[in-house]
Amino acid sequence: MNMASSSLQSPHEGHDSASNVTFGFWLYLMTDCLLFASLFATFAVLRHHYAGGPDGRALFDLPGVYVETLFLLLSSVTNGFSLIAARQQRTHFVLAWLFLTAMFGMGFIWMEVGEFWTLVQQGHGPSKSAFLSAYFTLVGTHGAHVTVGLLWMWVMMIQVMDRGLTPRIQSRLVRLGMFWHFLDLIWVAVFSVVYLSGML
Amino acid sequence: MHEELFGKLELSSIPYDSPIIMGAVGSAILMTLVVLGTVTWFRLWPYLWKEWFTSVDHKRLGVMYVILALVMLVRGFADALMMRSQQALAAGGQAGYLPPYHYDQIFSAHGTIMIIFVAMPFFVGLMNIIVPLQIGARDVAFPFVNAVSLWLTVISAWLVMVSLSIGNFSHAGWSGYPPLSENGYSPGPGVDYWIWSLQLGGIGTLLTGINFFVTIVRMRAPGMTWMRIPIFTWTILVTTVLIMLAFPVLTVTLALLTLDRYLDMHFFTNDLGGNLMMFPNLFWSWGHPEVYIVILPAFGIYSEITATFSRKRLFGYTSMVYATIAIAILSFGVWLHHFFTMGAGANVNAFFGIATMVIAVPTGVKVFNWLFTLYRGRIHFATPMLWTLGFIITFCIGGMAGVLLSVPPADFMLHNSEFLVAHFHNMLIPGALFGYFAGYTYWFPKVFGFKLDETWGKRAFWAWITGFYLAFMPLYGLGLMGMPRRLVQYGNLDWQPYLLVAMAGTGLIALGILFQIIQLGVSILHREALRDTSGDPWDGRSLEWSLPSPPPLYNFAVIPEVTDLDAFTRMKREGHSPPPSRSYEDIHMPRNTPAGMGVGVAALIFGFAMVWHIWGIAFFSLITVVMILVARAAVEDVEWVIPAHEVARMEEVRS
Repeated sequence: MNMASSSLQSPHEGHDSASNVTFGFWLYLMTDCLLFASLFATFAVLRHHYAGGPDGRALFDLPGVYVETLFLLLSSVTNGFSLIAARQQRTHFVLAWLFLTAMFGMGFIWMEVGEFWTLVQQGHGPSKSAFLSAYFTLVGTHGAHVTVGLLWMWVMMIQVMDRGLTPRIQSRLVRLGMFWHFLDLIWVAVFSVVYLSGML
Repeated sequence: MHEELFGKLELSSIPYDSPIIMGAVGSAILMTLVVLGTVTWFRLWPYLWKEWFTSVDHKRLGVMYVILALVMLVRGFADALMMRSQQALAAGGQAGYLPPYHYDQIFSAHGTIMIIFVAMPFFVGLMNIIVPLQIGARDVAFPFVNAVSLWLTVISAWLVMVSLSIGNFSHAGWSGYPPLSENGYSPGPGVDYWIWSLQLGGIGTLLTGINFFVTIVRMRAPGMTWMRIPIFTWTILVTTVLIMLAFPVLTVTLALLTLDRYLDMHFFTNDLGGNLMMFPNLFWSWGHPEVYIVILPAFGIYSEITATFSRKRLFGYTSMVYATIAIAILSFGVWLHHFFTMGAGANVNAFFGIATMVIAVPTGVKVFNWLFTLYRGRIHFATPMLWTLGFIITFCIGGMAGVLLSVPPADFMLHNSEFLVAHFHNMLIPGALFGYFAGYTYWFPKVFGFKLDETWGKRAFWAWITGFYLAFMPLYGLGLMGMPRRLVQYGNLDWQPYLLVAMAGTGLIALGILFQIIQLGVSILHREALRDTSGDPWDGRSLEWSLPSPPPLYNFAVIPEVTDLDAFTRMKREGHSPPPSRSYEDIHMPRNTPAGMGVGVAALIFGFAMVWHIWGIAFFSLITVVMILVARAAVEDVEWVIPAHEVARMEEVRS
């Protein structure tokens, strides 16, 4: 096997080798990015279609969204620390950082659900105007992703406790981290496009 | 109480009063019972379970995809027969035999089935079987995900079949434009069946796209550089990129329509700020690339076959690769030509019109490459070659009709007419379906170890192609005469003779399908005479032909070294000797698992429960999917090892 060819295939076959899975997961994230792109495009078309109802300025609570954003950004930092701890094989630190990340994540979801609940209670549910439909769908899809990420995080905590930091579990933690940072990135776009420009 | 347990589902949801539907349901149930009975009689259940339903072997999954496609082809064709016979009858005040509401469901189901459940599984099946063999790999990158994809596709097709007997299918066309597909105009479960079958199947397709992209990019045999990838695999690589870029848009489009219908939102409604023209924009942002998703793999098959049966290297391989990529890029810039009449303005229409015409350039490059490959080749007129030659000629006619339609003023006249119906059938039947038939005949011996009967294959080809011309050329004329598409009845008696000819053409196609069924039966009966002992029945050029037919479980005992585009031709020329047995190594193979089918079954229940608003069952089936995946993630020994001495023994037995 010459030099050029050895780079084409890993020595131990290709089956689920960590690098293939990481590459595949990257591709999945890119398709998810397109999913959000479609939702952002939809929101951009409908953002002023208030149908006589309230606009973003009347509805959004910017300080609350600021706290939500802080929660999510901090959770990305703590998630990063969990990965450093994983590389150092310090199981307890991994668990502690993951737990903190999950707490921040759950705080974020708690606040988002609260925000949605208040809006619906005030009679501004998603069925009131196209703007509100697009708003609830875009923000809600991000929230649903975070929820799935949280579920994944709890499963990983159980797996780490059960099996320790095996190479398989390490590579899963890396992918969970990729997912979590990706959602952070999407949130930055949501914050700018939906909330900030809605308040301007 | 009933509401909580059954949602909107009631006994009256079954259309007892419609003899045609009940007849179809009855025959479908009867056929299922015959199959189940046969399987039980021959005690095949354990075999099917162990070797097929739980399999993660790409070759087995591929065969199941193709079987699904062939079964659904018969269903979709039955719809076509009904439409053609209805239009042949319902002239000048005659009502025909199909009520409008039923007729509308038939054309909606026909389009959905033919694109999503015939074309897609057919090429996905062929690529499952062939791509790993062509690139010298032992499986795909993610064998379990591959099984999940298959079962999601199968259950989506099931959902469409279930709609036949419980409730009804969408009557809003295969593209499901709102506001017709909104609750106000389609309150029943039909549109929901359409939504959920496309949605669940779409997720399976997206996973397949990622899976095969990783496989082709990362698992090629040593020495197979980008420009040594066999052309079929190249077209699949580009197709998977299209899948990854286009299918998320479909997911969103369907989800927004779902929210409109289920939660009373206002994305595509007429009132409260909804914008219904956003739907065609989103839908065709997926839909136009989708056309190339089904057609590019067929181009790849034609290229392989043209080279093999002309006994020449493919002419212009490099330009073929670049043309494929160019088509893929352009396919994202033309979606608006599906609705020039929306009123986007002259400049926008001009842009999309020109972009559409430009696609004809790389397509033309391909046609010339095929012609130059044939030129001075020693052409062997076997069945796969006949399909290819039929394609080249017929496809050019459809392509020219397409360039005509891409001129916006002409499109304003021909839009929504039978001319359009003729055009896209003219592209998709020769462009995609003939290619899959060619590939099916070409690679059949590789999969099953014996060739298909040539005589019946040729009969089937001639019936198909004659039937095709008779069935669709009259529709061009009808379109120019002003006949709109999707008419259940019409007053103009001048149209009827053309529709009678089209009806006759459909009859010939029916004969073609019958011949294909006979071909399969005859070939199985005479399989000993048709046996392929060489593994290389057509004097093939790429790596799949270097393997015995059928290939062993692990495909390649020793991963080959690739030194040429036509890797196997080179090996044959330089004297292909089997590697010495000491070079065998232990081979890691993925273990079979019922989890893939489990996800599929739970997803089927989820889809059905969502269609009928049975929220509790929908919730629990979704939880089941999550639990299966979490449980699967806890399994450590997903692989098993075939020891080197066992590989040596298996190879010994074969030679």
